[in-house]
Amino acid sequence: MQIEFTHKQSAHCENGVVSNLMRHNGFDISEPMVFGIGSGLLFCYIPFLKVNHAPVVTYRAMPGFIFNRFAKRVGIKIKREKFSNPESAKARLDENLNKNNPVGLQVGVYNLLYFPDEYRFHFNAHNLVVYGKDGDNYLISDPVMEQVTTLTEKQLEKVRFAKGAFAPKGHIYYPTSFPEKLELESAIIKGIEQTCREMTAPFPIVGANGVKTIAKLIRKWPKKKGAKVANHYLGQIVRMQEEIGTGGGGFRYIYAAFLQEASQVIGNDKLKELSKEMTQIGDNWRDFAVNASRIYKNRSAQDDAYNKVADELEAIGNSEAAFFKKLKKAI
Amino acid sequence: MKKEEVPQDKGLLDSAQTKELTYAVDENGEYTTELSSGWDPKTIALSNAIKDIEERVALAKKRVENKETSPIEYYMELHKMDLPILSSYVGLWQWRVKRHFKPKNFQKLNQKTLEKYADVFDISIEELKHIP
Repeated sequence: MQIEFTHKQSAHCENGVVSNLMRHNGFDISEPMVFGIGSGLLFCYIPFLKVNHAPVVTYRAMPGFIFNRFAKRVGIKIKREKFSNPESAKARLDENLNKNNPVGLQVGVYNLLYFPDEYRFHFNAHNLVVYGKDGDNYLISDPVMEQVTTLTEKQLEKVRFAKGAFAPKGHIYYPTSFPEKLELESAIIKGIEQTCREMTAPFPIVGANGVKTIAKLIRKWPKKKGAKVANHYLGQIVRMQEEIGTGGGGFRYIYAAFLQEASQVIGNDKLKELSKEMTQIGDNWRDFAVNASRIYKNRSAQDDAYNKVADELEAIGNSEAAFFKKLKKAI
Repeated sequence: MKKEEVPQDKGLLDSAQTKELTYAVDENGEYTTELSSGWDPKTIALSNAIKDIEERVALAKKRVENKETSPIEYYMELHKMDLPILSSYVGLWQWRVKRHFKPKNFQKLNQKTLEKYADVFDISIEELKHIP
């Protein structure tokens, strides 16, 4: 069976799944809109945790939060379920497909065979849509891929029951009820308010302060950790900022696109100006990545070079702090 | 980032015949999307991360040959895992998995536990005991 489903590629998996599922249900909502209303933008350093043997920073909200907030703010209801055994997880999936209901799934990337080997890490917060079944093959719309693809029953079970941090446990989700008209205006304002609150939070690991904390840590790495480890850490930061799914510049460009779209929806020209400013901040993140890559390309660990990229980050932290204060005033 | 500045370097997505979507500004200052084949700063970071894993695997292999660790650690590195990930796949406490890294303890493992590890790594028990 195959459900009529339009696959549209997106930058980030979670926004993409939500945007595609919404469009399937007759609501044309762009990826940046989902991201902005769901307060997806963030910066957070997560101390004590190591992934791929390096410290973890994130440029976006926790998996699942974006859709939950988006749903609450525009007035749709979603159903989420996790399972302790693969059989009932599969039964629930098939049941929905039989009802012509495409569903979102949370999966692990490591066994996702259509990804290039280089991208297959133990990352469990990937999202995709299943929109049908053809014999033993599930029809998959993975929002970060250009084309739709398929996975066998066994392959799908493996990625739905990947283990480790954020284990998906067969997590399945889909919208169940919709209002007649989406409450976009109030949703946009709520979304922006929360992002401003988080990005200017008075804690050293969150938002603009988090960026500055990382800048401080970077200065210490070459002496404290040695050239090899320091380079590895720096490379990981750039990967989390730029790797597939961020739309470039650690989600800052998607957010700028959201501000531009939002300025039209709520008729606020100030947001359009601020969108340009956010684009500039995104460009600064890209410059940081370029300069950081010069360090780990040459495998050097000169203090000056590290201090230079740390200075850049500190400046980004300051401009983000100022930006979100302005954004808060603008709405 | 302007639309014409979206990098089109050689990336690692080629093998999957896909490009990734990025957001950029067109000539009228409006946001639009553009596909990117790759960007050197992150391709280098990713390649370095993979080299790093290869080095870890090679080191683990040497340590198995020198009887400093058990093949479990080698296969863990080969599958890009670390201790918390492996322990959640086999369903054992981390300290137990760590114990199984010791060649002496590994020798004493019963069939059932060996099978658990072999299943996780998708290999036979024979392959688990003797690394290639």
